[in-house]
Order: sequence, then structure tokens, then C-alpha cells
Amino acid sequence: MDNSVGEIRDVIFETMRSLLRHPVELTDQTNIANDLGLDSVAVMDFVMEIEDKLNVSVPLDRIAEVQTLGDLVETLHNVLSNA
Amino acid sequence: MALLDKFSLMAAQYAEAEAAATNPFSVVLDQVLSPTEAVINGHRTLLLGTNNYLGLTYDPDVIAKSAEAVQKFGTGTTGSRIANGSYDGHQRLEQSLAEFYGRRHAMVFSTGYQANLGIISTVAGKNDHLLLDADCHASIYDGARLGQGQVTRFRHNSPEDLSQRLRRLADVPGDKIIVVEGIYSMLGDSAPLREFAAVKREWGAYLIVDEAHSLGVLGDAGRGLAEAAGVEADVDFIVGTFSKSLGGVGGYCVSDMEGFDVLRVACRPYMFTASPPPGNVAGTLEALRQLRARPVLRRQLNDRGRQLYAGLEGLGFSLGPEPSPVVSVILPEPQAAIEFWKRLLDAGLYTNVSLPPATPKSLSLLRSSVSAAHTAAQIDYALGLFAEIGRAMDFIPAEPKAGRRTAAHR
Repeated sequence: MDNSVGEIRDVIFETMRSLLRHPVELTDQTNIANDLGLDSVAVMDFVMEIEDKLNVSVPLDRIAEVQTLGDLVETLHNVLSNA
Repeated sequence: MALLDKFSLMAAQYAEAEAAATNPFSVVLDQVLSPTEAVINGHRTLLLGTNNYLGLTYDPDVIAKSAEAVQKFGTGTTGSRIANGSYDGHQRLEQSLAEFYGRRHAMVFSTGYQANLGIISTVAGKNDHLLLDADCHASIYDGARLGQGQVTRFRHNSPEDLSQRLRRLADVPGDKIIVVEGIYSMLGDSAPLREFAAVKREWGAYLIVDEAHSLGVLGDAGRGLAEAAGVEADVDFIVGTFSKSLGGVGGYCVSDMEGFDVLRVACRPYMFTASPPPGNVAGTLEALRQLRARPVLRRQLNDRGRQLYAGLEGLGFSLGPEPSPVVSVILPEPQAAIEFWKRLLDAGLYTNVSLPPATPKSLSLLRSSVSAAHTAAQIDYALGLFAEIGRAMDFIPAEPKAGRRTAAHR
């Protein structure tokens, strides 16, 4: 896999933007639960969209550690690098 | 207060429910009159949200067996089966379940929640992989978290997505264990189990099916979805509960797995809790006997489920994908579900509110479940209230022309 951090970030931000009803400025520091209001199941559904786009499965314990969009970028980068 | 600040979002939602005067999450049934009626807030109320599928909670023989066991063996077991010993009833119930399913082994748990917690956390070891349907019950997700296996979630009812994820894991060491449900408790839909079984065989995985809501509901003999789909031989573990069709409390697992009995000393939610009390075990045994001896209950139950589904569909409500004893109305947002629920309750009909994150796809649901004990007239009465209040709240179109009125109720 040669997905760069930048490419992964683009996929994640683009997916989140299409999910949100109102335009919100997204950064690596954006907190998925507190800033975007996603509950635990909505976060897992969101990650599933990204898994499809990047053709990867992220174990749930790794998703549970994610708080910000930046955490998610890093997690996906790590999972893809070890795939 | 600071300690619980982490629940601030949830607390706001709970406060909203509390403000609705009657909180759907803290209802008290002052008196229960029958499997289908209770007194709530001083009013005689029709129960349409109890999961009492076969209506056996007030069956005279179930009560008699339960009472007899309390007299004979006392109110509680006061300990776990491993530390404090098994009762005769525990073993008879396990034999009866094994025989019903035609399996070599059965194990009884103190609740259905613990059956999932126990089996799933124990059978998946550190290097194994659990693949859970996205809509699986919280007890399945909690079991996965308690155990040490890696957990992957696949798209609800999608054998293709499951297959895709198993492909990604093909070169990773460890056993792969798939978990799906017979009937999903929120929308009442069933798994495409024949297709899942084929995926399981293709990838050499194991398959666990939770039949909590399908025991006594599906299959000619009432064994659930695996029986109805004709794939019992592909299912390695069936997990279920006594608290719905059998009218008791407790859970079970049946299996033909070699060496199954070692789970009794490996499965923490089995070992470190009190065993089911004698009255409950004896009542469950009798209810299981009746489930087998009275297939008419299953027919009545499914007739009532279809009647409610067709009636609500005819009125124009948005529902889950297929009729079953669980029928859920999909509403635009949580407050709409709570308000609808409250107005139905005030009018004498008890249903359930199901809100995210307990629901799939962040849906707000007004959930109903029917019983074999419901009469067709009771379901019609409920449909009348759904129509009246649903129209008043603009969830469904205004009343159709007079001549077509009864058609929607059929």
C-alpha cells in the first residue's frame, strides 16, 4: 500500500463533509464526538465508509482509541502500512 | 458532577425525555394483568412492547412448575455453579435444550446478555478474529470487547461485505468467527443466513447465531432462523435467551463443538455470577415444553405480527424491511418518537422508544412487539390509535375516503 497521509486525510475529510448536513471546517484537531456530534455507532458507520474507499478493515479496538480526525488519519495510515 | 461530565450529551437527551412528563426509559408497570394488559399511571393499558412472544408468562402450568420449584428448592441458588454447585433443574434444562436442538451440548447462563458475553469473549482468543454484523446487539459487542480477539464489523446483512473482509484477513493467522442474529431486535429483520453459511464454508470460518428474538418464532419446530433457513449444520454455536418467547430470565448456548464442556471453567460470565434461580429454571423448562407442544402459538404470533405490519403499512407509516413479531415505525427524530410514544401511552397503548446509538443508522424508532396472546381485536384497537395519533401528528396522510377505511386494518 502506498497511501500517503495526505491522501488518507483527503478521503476522511471528504467522506465526513458528505456526511454532515451543514458545512463545518474540519482540521486534524476536530473532535469527532464533541465537535461533530457523532455517537459511537455513527463513528463506526463513518469508518466503514472509509474502509470501503481504502479497501481495508480497521479493528474496533483501534477505532475506540480515535478521538479526533487526526487520530483517525494516523490509525488508518498505521493499519495500511502494516497491511 | 465532574466525574459524569463524559455523559453530557446523553444527559441532555435523557433530560429531554424527562421533560416529556413521562420518560420512556423509566416507565413503571404498577400492575400486570395478563401478557397483554397492565396498569400504567393508573390506567388500564394494552401492552404492545414486551417481547412476550408466546404469551407464556401467565400460563397456569408454567406458573405451577415455577411455584413448585420455589417451594422445593427455595428462592435463589445463592452462588455460581462452579463454586457452589449445580441444581438438578440446571442440568435438566440443559438436557432439554440439547435435545430440542439435536445438539450434544448445552450450557445455561443467568441472562441472555451473559450468554453472548460469555460465549463470544471466550471462544475468540488473542489471535482470533470476530466478524460482527453492524447491527448486532450490544451484548455481542460487549462480549467482543471483553475478549481478546480482534474485532471487525461488517455491513448489516451483507454476505458480500463479510466475504470481502474475510478476504482481507485470509493471510492473517487465527480463527475467524462470524456473529449474526436470527431476528434483529430493532427493526425485526432477519439475516440472509443461507448466504452467510456459504461464506462461512468458503473461508473456513466459524458461525455463531443469536436466536434471542427468533426462538419460538421461526422454523417449523420453533428452533429459529437456522432451522427456517435449513442451515443448522453450518451453525457452530446457537445462543439465545429465556426472557422473550420462554417468559423467564436467562440465556443458553447449544453446540456440537468438540470439547465444549471446558467452557464451564473458562467462561467468566458463566463462572463468576449466581446461577439462575430454581423457580425461573422450572418455569423455563415448562415453557420450552409448551413451545414444542403448541405450534399454534407460533402461528398466532406470526399472524398478529403480519396484521400489525400490514395495518401500519396501509396507514402510510415507514416501517422496517419485513413483517415479524417486532414492528418498528421509523420517525424523523428522537423528539417525534418520544412524543408519539407518550400520546399513545396516554391513550392506553404501551410501545417502546428506541433511539440512537441503540438503533441502526441513527434511526429514531417507535418499536412494537406482538404476542401470541394478543387477539386480532387488540391489534385492530392498537392500529386505530396509531391512525388517530399518527394523523394528528402529521406522520401519515389524512384519513382515506370512508369506503376504504377498513381495508387498511386487514
